[in-house]
Amino acid sequence: MSVIRIPPTLRADVGGARNVEAEGATVRDLLDDLMSRFPSLREQLVEDGDVAPFVNVYVEGEDVRTRDGLDTEVRPGSTVILLPAMAGG
Amino acid sequence: MATYRELLAQVKSEIDEVDAVRARELIETGDPVIVDIREQDEWDEGHIADAIHIPRGNLESRVETAAPDRSRTVLLYCAAGNRSAFAAKTLQELGYDEPLSLSGGFTEGQLKLLASKVLLIGAGGLGSPASLYLAAAGIGRLGIVDADVVDESNLQRQIVHSTERLGEPKVESAKRTIEALNPDVDVVAYQERLTSENVDRILADGWDVIVDGADNFPTRYLVNDASVWHDIPVVHGSIYRFEGQVTVLKPGDGPCYRCLFPTPPPPELAPSCAEGGVLGVLPGIVGSLQASEALKLALGIGEPLVGRLLLFDALTTEFNEVLIRRDPKCPVCGEHPTITEYVDYVEFCAGTREPA
Repeated sequence: MSVIRIPPTLRADVGGARNVEAEGATVRDLLDDLMSRFPSLREQLVEDGDVAPFVNVYVEGEDVRTRDGLDTEVRPGSTVILLPAMAGG
Repeated sequence: MATYRELLAQVKSEIDEVDAVRARELIETGDPVIVDIREQDEWDEGHIADAIHIPRGNLESRVETAAPDRSRTVLLYCAAGNRSAFAAKTLQELGYDEPLSLSGGFTEGQLKLLASKVLLIGAGGLGSPASLYLAAAGIGRLGIVDADVVDESNLQRQIVHSTERLGEPKVESAKRTIEALNPDVDVVAYQERLTSENVDRILADGWDVIVDGADNFPTRYLVNDASVWHDIPVVHGSIYRFEGQVTVLKPGDGPCYRCLFPTPPPPELAPSCAEGGVLGVLPGIVGSLQASEALKLALGIGEPLVGRLLLFDALTTEFNEVLIRRDPKCPVCGEHPTITEYVDYVEFCAGTREPA
């Protein structure tokens, strides 16, 4: 079990929760678990089978794009941060 | 018998002092002889480039050799402006026509700031605190780009404006507030929206640092691409509801915005601006962090937020940091760029847009 931190822009899709627990050994498994429960997240997070270009996923403070992308391993108890681009000023 | 304070006050009343702004103007003319009268260790830590060093104790014996022409202006400085006041008095007694003492003394940082030029994108929630602190710190030139006028709904967070400025262009309102705070700041107002048409012209005015406080994706991407092509560091700040992000995007040194987010979200997925209200103090915190980073870049001190994205959550009062890296495949700053000219993205939240 890992904790996925939901950014404010996506909280409406998960019923307002700031953190959601999800199961999975890789980022892909974790997101699949998350999106199976909150299907409206899919178009916000995934594009052409990869992490959408306007979203970053961090595992233990590192961008998964600089690791193994969706195949990046997630150890149990890790915190995963979803971070979409934010433009407000 | 006079005390030190009384003597200092007496001497200061008898000599001429100049402030840092006037001193810089004088130094730029190349006319005055600049004399640093501090001790060796103070001199070694940094001094005005064209100054000569005569410690106060050697002043009388050495100044005639260093500045034989008594009709020439002599600009004297120390650390706080007191020793140099006494030194100016001494030069008067030696028959110099125009010895000047730098009031407040020399701090290398102050002169660097005076020579610095910072461009603010947006005079809104983030631009308000950033502009105020940069002006108060003594930045030499502050450019402000914003097309909007002050609206009542802005005032909960846009503290550079006020009720008496309602309906006034934001750049004019900001300029008046800044000039009241520090008249020495040269404020350059661009009452226009940043576009692919004007971005090169505005950046060509010569800026050391850009503070991005825009409120929309098209401007954010324009600022990023332009900053890479003009090689100007950007202090990025953005806010949404109770959370903010800050980072420094320094071309060549760290990632650019497109390394993080290669493209903006499609309009239908961008958070609606109408529902995106923010806690008023949040941009105060994020914009102040941006001012702090901009000052560090201008002064060349500390470790700017390059390669690190700082996340702030006002509801839990938490700061988190994630590492951000340059992407060799980045469409703008990567090894084989695929974007080589400005992209005008579709305006999001058109019509309901709450300006920065």
